[in-house]
Amino acid sequence: MIRAVMVMNTQGKPRLAKFYDSVPVDKQQELIRSVFGVLCSRAENVSNFVEADSIFGPDSRLVYKHYATLYFVLVFDSSENELAMLDLIQVLVETLDKCFKNVCELDLVFNYSKIHTILDEIFFGGQVLETSSTEVMKAVEEISKLESASNSINLVPKSVSGWRGR
Amino acid sequence: MAGGVSSSSIMETLFQRTLEDLIKGLRLQLIGESAFVSKAIEEIRREVKSTDPHTKSTALQKLSYLASLHFHDMSWAAFHVVEVMSSSRFSHKRIGYHAASLSFHDDTPVLLLITNQLRKDLASTNEFEVSLALECLSRISTPDLARDLTPEIFTLLSTTKIFVRKKAISVVLRVFAKYPDAVRLCFKRLVENLDSSDPQILAAVVGVFCELASQDPGSYLPLAPEFYRILVDSKNNWVLIKVLKIFAKLAPFEPRLAKRVVEPICDHMRRTGAKSLMFECIRTVISSFSEYESAVKLAVVKIRELLVDDDPNLKYLGLQALSVIAPKHLWAVLENKEVVIKWLSDEDPNIKLESLRLVMAMVSESNVVEISRVLVNYSLKSDPGFCNEILGSILCTCSRNVYEIIVDFDWYVSLLGEMSRIPHCQKGDEIENQLIDLGMRVKDVRPELLRVARGLLIDPALLGNPFLHRILAAAAWVSGEYVEFSRNPFELMEALLQPRTSLLPPSVRAVYIHSAFKVLIFCLHSYILQSESITSSFPDNLVLGVSELVLKKNMLEGSELTTCEAPSAHRSEGFNPRNQSYEDLSIKNGGDRTINHGQTSTPAFSENIFTYDSIINLINQVELALGPLTGSHDAEVFERTRHILCFIELIKGEITECLVQKGKTLESEEMKASKIIKLISDAFSEELGPVSVSAQQRVPIPEGLLLKENLDDLETICADFQVPESNLFSLGSPYYGEEVGVSSFGLQDKEESEPSNEATSLLTEHRKLHGLYYLASEKNEIVGNDYPPANEPKLQVNPNNDTEDLVKLTVQSLATNKKPNHAKTRPVVVKLDEGDLVTVTAKRPETKDDLVSGAVREVLLGSDTRTATSQSNPSDKSSSKRKGKEKINVDRSELKENLGDSEKPKHENPSSRKNKHRISGKERRHKSAGKIGEEREENGQKGMQKSSHRHARHKAPHRSDAPLNVVSQTPVIPDFLL
Repeated sequence: MIRAVMVMNTQGKPRLAKFYDSVPVDKQQELIRSVFGVLCSRAENVSNFVEADSIFGPDSRLVYKHYATLYFVLVFDSSENELAMLDLIQVLVETLDKCFKNVCELDLVFNYSKIHTILDEIFFGGQVLETSSTEVMKAVEEISKLESASNSINLVPKSVSGWRGR
Repeated sequence: MAGGVSSSSIMETLFQRTLEDLIKGLRLQLIGESAFVSKAIEEIRREVKSTDPHTKSTALQKLSYLASLHFHDMSWAAFHVVEVMSSSRFSHKRIGYHAASLSFHDDTPVLLLITNQLRKDLASTNEFEVSLALECLSRISTPDLARDLTPEIFTLLSTTKIFVRKKAISVVLRVFAKYPDAVRLCFKRLVENLDSSDPQILAAVVGVFCELASQDPGSYLPLAPEFYRILVDSKNNWVLIKVLKIFAKLAPFEPRLAKRVVEPICDHMRRTGAKSLMFECIRTVISSFSEYESAVKLAVVKIRELLVDDDPNLKYLGLQALSVIAPKHLWAVLENKEVVIKWLSDEDPNIKLESLRLVMAMVSESNVVEISRVLVNYSLKSDPGFCNEILGSILCTCSRNVYEIIVDFDWYVSLLGEMSRIPHCQKGDEIENQLIDLGMRVKDVRPELLRVARGLLIDPALLGNPFLHRILAAAAWVSGEYVEFSRNPFELMEALLQPRTSLLPPSVRAVYIHSAFKVLIFCLHSYILQSESITSSFPDNLVLGVSELVLKKNMLEGSELTTCEAPSAHRSEGFNPRNQSYEDLSIKNGGDRTINHGQTSTPAFSENIFTYDSIINLINQVELALGPLTGSHDAEVFERTRHILCFIELIKGEITECLVQKGKTLESEEMKASKIIKLISDAFSEELGPVSVSAQQRVPIPEGLLLKENLDDLETICADFQVPESNLFSLGSPYYGEEVGVSSFGLQDKEESEPSNEATSLLTEHRKLHGLYYLASEKNEIVGNDYPPANEPKLQVNPNNDTEDLVKLTVQSLATNKKPNHAKTRPVVVKLDEGDLVTVTAKRPETKDDLVSGAVREVLLGSDTRTATSQSNPSDKSSSKRKGKEKINVDRSELKENLGDSEKPKHENPSSRKNKHRISGKERRHKSAGKIGEEREENGQKGMQKSSHRHARHKAPHRSDAPLNVVSQTPVIPDFLL
């Protein structure tokens, strides 16, 4: 099972954090900090694994990938394959890239909602549900359509009409 | 009125900050982040109450953002979350659901309100709405929610919409965990999904079974044929990896499984281009099928490929795989020895660590010396972290099983000395333990041990390194305990009393002082022995020396004498029984020991170093060095200093006098002082041995002693009194020390708090004002103030003194288990009967998981675990409503069982049990006749035998059932396995 997905920049600012165990917010912050503490001390071109038992407790593994100004981090247990998890980070990044065209940190900063949509299509309650970025994109586009449809009908007109109606 | 409300809402809508505005504002950082966030939260609190759904949901979205990335608590908004969730607009609903899965937990009160909303959305025709509800359920479901929504999920498990079905499959995991009874309804449909041709569905369901099987693999054995089919047919690497994981878990429960699956696994290993799948195959083989030689050989070939790959990830995993395989197939490691050692100097810390582990796995009796040499050299070149990893693993490997692999202990002891001097060494605790342990266990190593200890003690530079203090404590202890092997005890004494010892923490210093005492006793005793045999007279300048001494002594101690006599007298009284036992023992041991003296020490002291001058000098030296310490604030240091000074006081007059008049009245006068010395010397020369870990347990608890009394209230009281107490101590003159000694636990605190007294009192005040608010951080603050962290353990325990006392007390409980002689002459290592072997009690996670697997077994096999599970249901949080339902379940199950047979068979009655299984199995087949054929039925039978055994395991070990197992199993061997 996957226990957490995190994206943080090279200054340690979290850009995306999702925990699949229920973790209180202050503990989340602490975990992200300790993960960053380990990551920022690691050189380039070394392996992408970090022994995470001291941070997340027994039977936990951590893989990460470093893209430009961002660290993508996955925390999981022995039910997952390490290399597959690295691939999954790749899938996530590819999907983001498809979604935002040359994704950069700013895209992640300003698209909170959309990123969670993507994430929720790939991961579901700690399970990997989708590994094809094409499939993920299909669903994400559908959802966006649905959202904007429900908004465009209602946003201004409804409140204005409601106001006039009175 | 109404107009007012709506106009305010439109104002809100028009001028509300969107999430994007919020993010932009945060990035501008005009007023600082925390100020901006609290302002935003204030705004949100207002907006979220708005009647306009758009305003409300935007506010909630902003709040979710702040909760998720700025870790702001949002539990207060739970009710608003429920409102937004129920919006009919998809975009709002999505915000609501996202907020719910972010912030709801089992104790959120409004959870009860969302059941109907979830039910409605689960039944929605819009698959994205269903998906939202499922996603939410996978995060926040509680036993109540899981129970109430099981029927909806059951329906969704066979929906034609793949997008929804895969999520429904996944959510089952959480539902089962929260509400095990759901297994009865949903499990069959879950299994049916294993036949799905859709890769997404298959991936989801295999993932679910992988998770389920990790909790109780045995229950899922009957599904092995399905998994086997997937293993052979599937082309999807994700699915294959999960299936391999399942088989790795099932394998230990069914030995015949291996034969069947090893070949397909090897096929995958050979053919696949995906490194992840290949590695999973390797891992499965080496962890679960390691007795299949050909498979293991193939795996090792593949590991080799990983090891020499350029990708550090593959290297790392290759090394990990090797360390998994090392215990069973060491040849695999040895084959790759060069590569492993090469990676020891890799730039990647992970790879270095793994190869270090592997190198340690290769260590044996014959190569330990060389490998340690190589590693110590590596450690000198490494960064502090890795250096200590190396030292730690050397220490750990060499001490394994009571120094099993060490033949040459002299070498090992000098290695320990060498390691202590490595600049980055932080393994003081471990080295300390081993130095003392070796001294106690291995008699033959003591001379070398003393040499090493001397080397450490006489080097004044080492005293400045706080990481070495523990080692120095051990060295001091060794020098006192085994002083008879010393060539020059005076030199030792000098080392123990050198001025720089003031750098040591009190607990270590106390050991130094006590060791000095032992050395002193040894010297005096040797001197007396010697002077008894030699009847030559002494120089004439004695009188001068004596008077000088007496004078100085009076100056130094004067009135203190009265105070120090009392405790020592008291102590000797209190320890009377022990003294007696010493004497008893000294009859046995003392004899040996004095002979020992004769043998080992005489050659060393052939020059006759115990002259009158040297003894007087020694006494002077001790008095001079320890005199100032009578003002010490530490109980241990103070007491021990007092003991030694009082002792000198006691004997000095006599010893000098009697020596002056030696020629004349030797017999009568000398006796008193030398008797004391002999007595103490006998006490000290009693051999100390290792103490069994369980020694404490063997001491019967005296009646009326309440060990488990809850002292929580005491803590609060102590906290209140902390400040005045420490004030008293810091002001106190040395004479208060006696009282301090009584309540010695307060002392370490005092030493710590003294420098920051003011700060402490402020903190305490503050704590009083704010209740328990600072309790969590208290520890850090205290530690941070005073000592470097390396010292911390020392402040809590006083190892040497404790060890000493304990050892003395339990020395009788030892037994020497002599190891069969090695080819090389290996010194005897004292081992204890027990306690040297750490007993591993692996506890399996039971309770809830068992409920799930119990239900699974029931569904798969129709077994009778039902009543057991529902009776032992631990989750009492559930409402009365739930209990009612359970009751119904129980009744139903009992009814069903009654069909099988009326008298409830006990575990001891296997034949009637088997009978019943057959019946209930048949019953099951009737129920689900179409789907499951004859073969499955047989599987069921077999698996059930298994499950029943597992059930009975609590009482009897598995093996005892084995014969019966074979008999009952032979007719029902499932053909898929053979």
